[in-house]
Amino acid sequence: MDGSKRLRFAVDQTLGVRRFMGWLNGRFIVMLFCVWAPCVHADRIGDIVETTIFEQALRFFTFSDPSLRYALVGAILLGISCGVLGSFIVVRKMALMGDTLSHAVLPGVAAGFLWSETKDPVAILVGATVVGLLATVLVSLIRQTTKIKEDAALGLVLASFFGVGICMLTRIQKLPNGNQSGIDKFMFGQAAALTQQDVTLMFATTVLTIILIVLFYKGLLAMSFDPAFAVSIGLPVKAIHYMLMALLAFAIVVSLQAVGVVLVSAMLITPAASAYLLTDRMKHMLVLSAIFGMLAGAIGAFLSFLGNNLPTGPFMVIGASVVFVLAYFFAPKHGVLTRWYRHLRRRQRVRMENMLKAMHRVMEDRDFHGEGVSVKELATLRRETLEDITRTVQEMVRNKYVTLGEAGNMVYFTPESFNHACRIVRNHRLWELYLTNEVDYQADHVHEDAEKIEHVLGEEIVRKLERALDYPKTDPHGKKIPEVRDMSGLPQEIATGYGKGRN
Amino acid sequence: MSKEDTALEIHDMTVAYQKKPVLYGVDLELPPGKLVGIVGPNGAGKSTLIKACLGLLPLSSGWVEIFGQPYKEGKTRVGYVPQRESVDWDFPVNVMDVVLMGRYGKSGLLKRPTKMDRRIARECLEKVHMLPYAKRQISNLSGGQQQRVFLARALAQESDIYFMDEPFAGVDAATEVAILTLMQELRDEGKTLLVVHHDLPTAKEYFDMLILLNMRVIKYGPTEEVFTNDLLQKTYGGRLTILSEVADAVKDREGE
Repeated sequence: MDGSKRLRFAVDQTLGVRRFMGWLNGRFIVMLFCVWAPCVHADRIGDIVETTIFEQALRFFTFSDPSLRYALVGAILLGISCGVLGSFIVVRKMALMGDTLSHAVLPGVAAGFLWSETKDPVAILVGATVVGLLATVLVSLIRQTTKIKEDAALGLVLASFFGVGICMLTRIQKLPNGNQSGIDKFMFGQAAALTQQDVTLMFATTVLTIILIVLFYKGLLAMSFDPAFAVSIGLPVKAIHYMLMALLAFAIVVSLQAVGVVLVSAMLITPAASAYLLTDRMKHMLVLSAIFGMLAGAIGAFLSFLGNNLPTGPFMVIGASVVFVLAYFFAPKHGVLTRWYRHLRRRQRVRMENMLKAMHRVMEDRDFHGEGVSVKELATLRRETLEDITRTVQEMVRNKYVTLGEAGNMVYFTPESFNHACRIVRNHRLWELYLTNEVDYQADHVHEDAEKIEHVLGEEIVRKLERALDYPKTDPHGKKIPEVRDMSGLPQEIATGYGKGRN
Repeated sequence: MSKEDTALEIHDMTVAYQKKPVLYGVDLELPPGKLVGIVGPNGAGKSTLIKACLGLLPLSSGWVEIFGQPYKEGKTRVGYVPQRESVDWDFPVNVMDVVLMGRYGKSGLLKRPTKMDRRIARECLEKVHMLPYAKRQISNLSGGQQQRVFLARALAQESDIYFMDEPFAGVDAATEVAILTLMQELRDEGKTLLVVHHDLPTAKEYFDMLILLNMRVIKYGPTEEVFTNDLLQKTYGGRLTILSEVADAVKDREGE
């Protein structure tokens, strides 16, 4: 058995990874399902599990249990401080640094324990902070004295410190008082093991973090956005950086007990990354991230409590990840689904605008005599089937672009939509003319480009085009360009996408 | 000589990146009220010169003085426009936030931006025609607009000497004209501008004085004296191979 295997074996043995995996495979999955879908599973296993879960939930929400109160308050506090600090980590692209720091403190935790011979939070805090700082110094040292880049240096320090930490924990487990020490809880976290002293320490750290961040917000913002500029105006960039690192180390160390070494970095990154997707302002990001962290902490404490004190860390991280997934899909600006929805809306608008343009064309061909346009005429002009045209026309009726005759085969403009049609035709023809006259396109090459551009030209650009072309009357194909005075009372929002920014 | 007569003095400055020298023995004296361009080939140390003046890079030797004072005391009189690519434009701030950063140096670390700071920031945005974009998130700006925001931030610093790193790089023609006009206005108000510039033909029109740079100062003086075929040849021609070879040798020796 080579070294790494032996190490992994030792880890398995001593830290209850196996037990944890066992939990995951067995009873625990069932329990989780009971939480989320009680009606589905109640029939089958309700008799065995439901009462326990229900009682546990009741206990949770009545807060009768003092250890539960500490667990919940602790989880929320760590959510806040990790969320706030994580925001700076994420925007400064230092996520890996957070990960390294959180793993690297493990030897410090073990040393603190060995030194005080109990699970004394202060001793552990001191040990972990010292080792954490040592790790950051080592990373810079490796980077400065070799050609190894930052990411590799971080990975290197993370792994070696973590390895040392695990070896030390293994030793502790073998000590006479090792098994009762609860030191193994540091791997995956156990909020229920928090004592009043732990929570006091967490409270102090969180308050200190918030005060310092509010106080030095300007400096933090400037040096995160543009460090060179921040140095040039004389901000103490180095001092602020080390302050942030120290706060980070504190936050990680006090969170270890509740989240565990393995996953504490997720509490730094995930809530902040979710908030980053939801807002474009740093202040809002800090607040949102703190709220997400709090939520994740509370959810983690709750689920862990429901399952009879399962490791808390994984549940917190699951809670945070759920928030992230929601933000990923539904964020108003950057969400995947919202972007897709906007894309569909844009396509719908283009489809309807093309139909308006076709109606205008039909009317124009007969010098605007008569009122309506028949579906058949549209189908001939657009070279589409009657069904396709009818479907689009119905869509337009629903959106109040056009009205339909009683027989259902004649389509009529509304005053607004006639103007809208004129506007699109005007955009199209002005752009064709511009390409032909100013950009020296061939007259037969311009149509396709104009087909796209007509839907995106804003009022201001159209005016500029008009001025540049000296108020033309006809397009390259001899067709009349509708003038502003042909249109009146335009409803701005249905027009050509002004002021909507980049989509 | 009063200390107001020299906006920037660089004396025998040598700068090295990881022990490899990139600038040798630079001696410069910039008078106030001049628009000074730095030109030279890639890797000539143009940005390095600016960064070293601003204290962003350690000097191997020599010193820099702003209006007769060391940088630490003179820093409030300095404005800086870094290269546009040097920051992450997805950063969660809007245009106003960035311009307000120009006030941070004056107002100190702990004070919140005052009404006065906001008024100045708005005026500076107006000067670069970006006021309508004050609430815009910075990633929704074109390259030219981003450059104008950086310029507005530097204006908000209300400085006497400006260091600008390639302000014309990748901007549209309208922005280029706007930036140049603004620079000339600043110059006419008696400010000094030290500008890294990439484009030789426009360098001749834009600047009062030029620094021809290629790892050392080839020539510094009024544009019409400096902009000669001979000197440009000397700056851009490959005559400095020995100097860079020596630099490599120094690095190798140090590395052993």
